[in-house]
Parts: sequence; structure tokens; C-alpha cells
Amino acid sequence: MQLTVWTYEGPPHVGAMRIATAMEGVHYVLHAPQGDTYADLLFTMIERSRRRPPVTYTTFQARDLGKDTAELFQQAARDAHARFAPQAMIVGSSCTAELIQDDPAGLAAALDLPCPVIPLELPSYSRKENWGAGETFYQIVRHLADKDVTPPPREGRRPRANLLGPTALGFRHRDDVTEVTKLLDAMGIDVHLVAPRGATPADIATIGAADFNILLYPEIGDTAARWLERGFGQKTVRTVPIGEGATRDFIAEVAALAGVDPAPALPSNLPWWSRSVDSTYLTGKRVFIFGDATHAIAAARVARDELGFEVVGLGCYNREFAREIKAAARSHGLAPLITDDYLAVERAIQEAQPELVLGTQMERHIAKRLRIPCAVISAPVHVQDFPARYSPQMGFEGANVLFDSWVHPLVMGLEEHLLTMFRDDFEFSDDAGASHLGAHAAAPAAPEPDPAPCDATHWAPEAEQELRKIPFFVRGKARRNTEAFAAERGIARITLDTLYEAKAHHAR
Amino acid sequence: MSSRPLDRADCAPVLRQRGQREVFCGLTGIIWLHRKLQDAFFLVVGSRTCAHLLQSAAGVMIFAEPRFGTAIIEERDLAGMADAQEELDRVVIELLTRRGDIRQLFLVGSCPSEVIKLDLAKAASRLDRRHGGVRVLSYSGSGIETSFTEGEDACLAALVPEMPSNAGEQLLVVGTLPDIVEDQFTRLFAALGIAPVRWLPARRAADLPGVGAGTRYLLAQPFLGETARALEDRGAVRIDALFPFGAEGSTDWFLAAARAFGVDELRARGVLAPHRERAKRALERGAARLGGKTIFFLPDSQLEVPLARFLATELGMIPIEVGTPYLHRRHLARELALLPESAQLSEGQDVERQLDRVRAARPDLTVCGLGLANPLEAEGLTTKWAIELVFSPIHGFDQAGDLAELFARPLRRREVLRV
Repeated sequence: MQLTVWTYEGPPHVGAMRIATAMEGVHYVLHAPQGDTYADLLFTMIERSRRRPPVTYTTFQARDLGKDTAELFQQAARDAHARFAPQAMIVGSSCTAELIQDDPAGLAAALDLPCPVIPLELPSYSRKENWGAGETFYQIVRHLADKDVTPPPREGRRPRANLLGPTALGFRHRDDVTEVTKLLDAMGIDVHLVAPRGATPADIATIGAADFNILLYPEIGDTAARWLERGFGQKTVRTVPIGEGATRDFIAEVAALAGVDPAPALPSNLPWWSRSVDSTYLTGKRVFIFGDATHAIAAARVARDELGFEVVGLGCYNREFAREIKAAARSHGLAPLITDDYLAVERAIQEAQPELVLGTQMERHIAKRLRIPCAVISAPVHVQDFPARYSPQMGFEGANVLFDSWVHPLVMGLEEHLLTMFRDDFEFSDDAGASHLGAHAAAPAAPEPDPAPCDATHWAPEAEQELRKIPFFVRGKARRNTEAFAAERGIARITLDTLYEAKAHHAR
Repeated sequence: MSSRPLDRADCAPVLRQRGQREVFCGLTGIIWLHRKLQDAFFLVVGSRTCAHLLQSAAGVMIFAEPRFGTAIIEERDLAGMADAQEELDRVVIELLTRRGDIRQLFLVGSCPSEVIKLDLAKAASRLDRRHGGVRVLSYSGSGIETSFTEGEDACLAALVPEMPSNAGEQLLVVGTLPDIVEDQFTRLFAALGIAPVRWLPARRAADLPGVGAGTRYLLAQPFLGETARALEDRGAVRIDALFPFGAEGSTDWFLAAARAFGVDELRARGVLAPHRERAKRALERGAARLGGKTIFFLPDSQLEVPLARFLATELGMIPIEVGTPYLHRRHLARELALLPESAQLSEGQDVERQLDRVRAARPDLTVCGLGLANPLEAEGLTTKWAIELVFSPIHGFDQAGDLAELFARPLRRREVLRV
């Protein structure tokens, strides 16, 4: 057993729901106890979907156990088919139904429904949401792709690609698809099929008609892409175009594969914003990055190469991509953090004392507690990160969005300068809070993040007072460094001199 | 699936249908119970789905060092029972070491733990002996046994055997109420001269009330069937009353208590009159907006019957269908008698067919869960999401206006929007 308060991922059947809800003409019959319908509200509330997810739950209760849960499943499948007339159905069990050992695959096959029925095996006690989504998408492709469909001859037509991976409840998937489609169009490449998002079973049947695949989200589409490579000979573009450099690499990779000129791809704003003098203060900002592996790895590259930050922590919660995150962490000279325990992430953030955290909804709350600026780069996210406005992460517009949304929570350069100059002014005092939180925002109720003074050291009042003049977001680090410096030298009482000696010692 | 109207002794037939039920499981009760029981921790023994449900329902609350969590069953726990009990002990020790402030620990059963027949009652009594100073109890919040608010019923019923014996005369108010409402009620009972008044649940473990032959109890919530049965087993007697929603419901609830404690009727009415008048004034705006409007309740919390009664008798709304996950006839007898005869009662759910009835009736307001609200709005129906009724202070005289406003606001919004 594992003690958990917060979980980065839902169970695998929620991943399957994300595929079913993303597609059109698919219905999911889920053998599940009463109560599992809670997952509907992820889609209707967080993504604000206008439609209920196309999922029928058997919602069995205790009194059904041992006698007619199998019949209940068949009845639900029959009713769902009659009511929704889907082009294809997927069937499977949630965690509890997995234990009662009805066999949705066999039960559904016995019904002999007049549409393809795709059985899912999603081991709920060892796998999680992303794996469930990837497996479901793979099973759908494997069952429905028509092996006889191949691309027509290239003469006299534009190359065409499939975009694989976007789902329901995906972080910025809606706008990433639009942005990547624009980028491809500028190069003279057509999108044959976006899947699973918006695709029907009939569309999936034609997946072989594209010249190659573009894997936007490896967490969801990797298994299917590998199968398509083997079965259909479709090559896969694996560069994920998040950030200026990655987008340029993506364009180069696509252009080479499709045999087109990369030049007409849209020009980019990002380099200028990053070079403008107001961005100088971004240099060397210490940033901690955590999320799904794909977004975390992309964010680390953007942070270091495009914004000039120092990456001081890099990790992911999805173990399936441990190898990738390890390689990326190595390139930043870091040990990777691979965990799904948010308390471990919190400890790592406290340890690293970053000036900016890039993460998920959970890191947003951790950072709020520690009073560190934060921006969201990865699922899981809450409702505000399914925005009404256009906000891709991918492509050149995505690079603009990343710049704005990461820099915004930091105190802007001029503001920071003023803060330092006038830090004893009442308007800039700690009690007034950061200016972007409103002039007189109350200090959060969260505990002061400064580590408690170590017993072995003692702060002289004037040193303590000087420490308080240091802006709150770096004060914790200054205190720690000073105490470490004092401890190493056996200094019992920290004076003003000790403080500045330590500062000089730690200056890099 | 099958549907059959049943004759009820009290009034109209009840429509019972079986099919997909779009309801929360009893685990959700933890979200408000842990706010009330200030030194309790709720440890769900379940799957990742259970943890995911709790965090989806708890929203941002999850970060204020919440006093609930999930011991997620893993593959190796499914291998053998003895192992699972040992694992549970390990998790509990880890938890209690980290949270020294915890005085009550609830092991909460889930669908997976019940299907594998993990004996949480046995685990609770073993751990209760081992961890002196911490009361360890168990109850089921599983979807297969409980829906939504029934989780609170199961939790309170588990507390009843722990209540000390007390044969003295006392009033016991049963059901979780927001602190502000509890405080208002405390003042009103004092003004009526009713004493002593005790509360179940209590805010802290040490304040758990006694129970015995002199205990008369008032239900503050309609979903407490098991708790009521357990209290009666210990000699307590229920005071029959309307539930304290609206000016009339609240008056009836306090008057019933006054009668049971021999308070002079005229004096009691005199004490309640200004509160009743103030509540009625607060309801005027709501009545103007809601009078004559039709309303359809999908089953959610068992609050549907008393709320429909309040909306019909005090605000002039017309209930079309009043769906409830479970109909406790005895506790609701007086509420049911006040419902307009035209209201169709339904117990249980086949959600697709119930939605067909909603679409056919096109009510002015549909009360439903968050999984259905936006899709129904997209079909042009105005909705009120039901879970808010469980989290907001809605009981008593001074919340009557707020309660009406919860139903009026979606209709007003529809009027003001020009997009």
C-alpha cells in the first residue's frame, strides 16, 4: 500500500475516457461500481465540455455482486449501442470490476453487436492514466486501421502527415494542433488526420494514407506510432516543437522527411523579446522544473537556451519516460527526480531554493506555500489552464506564450531594481507583498519558508535585521548559506560581518 | 431497464428505475466531515480511483495539510490477505507518526477493499488497542454500499457505539452543520430554554456526546437512517419534525424540540417569531423570482425532498420530478405530505431515461450533478449544480434567503446575459 494525498495521474480507465471523449463516434462501456461516474466532471467542468463523455457505466452496487454483474454489463452494452449507435465501442473494467473478474471482452463478444468492439486490458493496480490513454489509443488504431490503405503516389500532391496524441483533457492540446497545422501548411504539408482528438473510427481506418506521422505527445501516441512504423512503414517525427529551438529542429526534421523547403515556416518573435535589455535580469534565474516528461524536458531546454535561466531541478511523475528524463537531466548536470509523491517534489524544491518553479497544478500550490513565483507547464492542471483565449505551447506562437507566462510571475526587471533601491520604503516593504499581487495584498497565511535558525548558530540582532532587508524570495537561501558558512568555520555568533563574508564566499 | 410504479401508503406512487446512476460514492462525505471533525483523519483504503475522486471533489482544499488520504492498494497487496493487514498497519504507523495531532482515525472502506473482503473493522480494533490516545474506527464509503451523503451516515453510525452512556435528559442534534449554523442554533436553543444541547458529530474527539434513555434527538439532515437506527438502539428517541430549511421548516424544527422539552408553546412561538419574520422577509425577493417556475431534481444527496418542499411551499415553485438516491419514508413522512400532488417522486436512477424526461418536461430549473450541468446548459436548460447545496450553509432562519438565492441565481444569470 502507498499512502497518498495527491495523485499526479488518475487510474488507467480515466486515460481510456480521455481517448473516447476526444474521438467522435466511439462509445465506452465501462464496468464500474456506482460512484465512478465522478470522472465525467473532469471533462464537463475542467475542460468545460458541452457534451457528456461518451461513457456508459454499469454502476453496480453491492446487491448486484455475485449474481448478475455480468448480465448488468451486457444490458448496459446493449442499451448503449441502441441509444448512441456508435461506429465502434470500447469495453473494459475499472479497478473494482477488475477484481470481480467478469470478462467484458467475452461478454461483449457474445452480444455480437453490429459494430467493432475493442476490448481493453488496463491493469489498474500497476498502471496509471497516461499509460491507459496510450494503450487505448494503440488498441483502437490496431483494431481499426485498414492495412490496405496506403498513400497515393507523391506526384502532383502535397505531402501529408498524421498528428498523433492530442486527447481530451490534454494540456493545451486544442491550440497545439492548430499551431502545428499552421506550421505544416506554411511548408506545404497537409494534415491527413488528427487522432485521437476529433477523429472517428472511419477516419482511423484511413490512417495509412499519410506519408508519415508526427508524434505530438509521446505519452499518448508513442505505442501507436511504433506500431504504425512497423505495420505501415510510416516514419515518425519525434521532435516535440515546444520552444524556439525545438520548433526549428522540428521544422528541419519534417522538411527533410517530407522533401520540402523549410524556409517558408513562419518567422518568430521570441529571440528579440529574450534579447531586449529588460530580459537581462532573467540571466541565471534559478528554475525548478517538474511535470510530465515531454513538457519538462522541453521546458528545461527553453529555460536554459532561450531565456538564460539556470535549471536547478528537473523531474517527471511518469516513470514510463524515466530514460528520457534521465538523459535530459544529465545534459543539465542534474540528478533527475522521478517520483509521483508530491511531498518528495516539495522537499526537492525546498532543497533547491529556486527563484521560479515550472510545474503542474501541484507545484503551483507548493510554490504558493513557499512564496516562490510559478508557472504551469504540464498536466494535471485546473480549470484556468483550459483557457478561452488561444494559448498553444507548441510552435512559434507557443514560444511567445511560454515567454509571457513564465516571465509574468517574476517581478519584472525594472520593478526588481526599484524594489532593491527602495526596499525600506513602506510601499515596497514585505508586508505590502509583491506588486503584481496588488499594492496591499495580505501576506499569505502559509508558514514563513525561512528554515528555522539552527540551534548551533546565533544571529546578532543587527545581522538579523540586515537579513530581513533581503527580498523575501532569496532570503531563505541567504540564511541557509550564511548558517552553513558559519557552521563550517565554527562561528557561534553571526554578525553583520559574517553575513557579508558568507555573501562574498558564495558569490559566483 | 425495468421500471415499476409502486403504491405508497402516504401519497403518490414512486417511480423506481434501475440503470446507470450518475452519483458520487460515500467517500465524498470526507470532504465536509474532515472540516467538522477537527482532530480526525480519514484514511481511505482503496485504489488510485478513490484518491483521484477525492482530489477531484476536494479541489484546492487538498493543499492545506488536509486530514484525509488514501492507502492505495497495489498489485502485491492483492496477493494475500495477511499481507494487506500488515501493510495497513505500516501505513497507519507512518501516518500517525507524521500527524501527532490526530485523535480519531477513520479507516474508510472502498469498493476495492470491500470486494477483496479486507476486514477494516478488525484492523480498526487492532489499531485502536495499539495506538493509545487515538480512537480508530472504520466505516464504508464505497460506491457499492453508499451514495454521496450516505458516507456521513455511515461515519456517524460508526461513532454511536463510542458515545458514553448518559441517561440524563438532553437534546442531541444529529448531522454535520457548518459552524456558523451550529452557533446560531446554539443561541436559539438557549433562548428557548432547551438544555443541555449536544451535537453529533462534535468538533473534537473529546467532546463526543453521551447517549441514553433521556436523549431526544433532532435530525438536521435527511440522510441519516443508519445513525438514527443506532441511536435508537441505545435508547434515544427521535423528535419528528420538518427539516430546518426555510422559515416554515426551521420554525417547525425548533417548535418540535420545544414541545419535546415541555417549553410553553406560546412562549416558544414568541421566541421564534422575529427569526421567522426575518427569514420570510429574506425570502421575498426569491419568491418573486422563483414563483411559478418549474423545477426538476435529479438524485444526488437525499436533500431533494425537503428542498422541493421548501421551494414549493415557501417560494411557489412547481416540482415536476423529485429524484432521490434513497427515500427514507419514515423520516420524510411529513415532508412528503407537503409536496404538491403533481410532483413525481423517483427513487434510484436510470440516468439516460431520466434525462429523456428532463428534455420532455423542459423545466425552468434542473438540479443535477456537475457531470450533467454543462451538457444540459448546452441544450438550453438552466441548471443548479447540486453539490453546492451540501457545502453551503443552507439550514435555519438566517440562511433561508441564501438558500433561495442559490436557486434564483442561475435563472437571473440567464436573464442578464446578452451573449
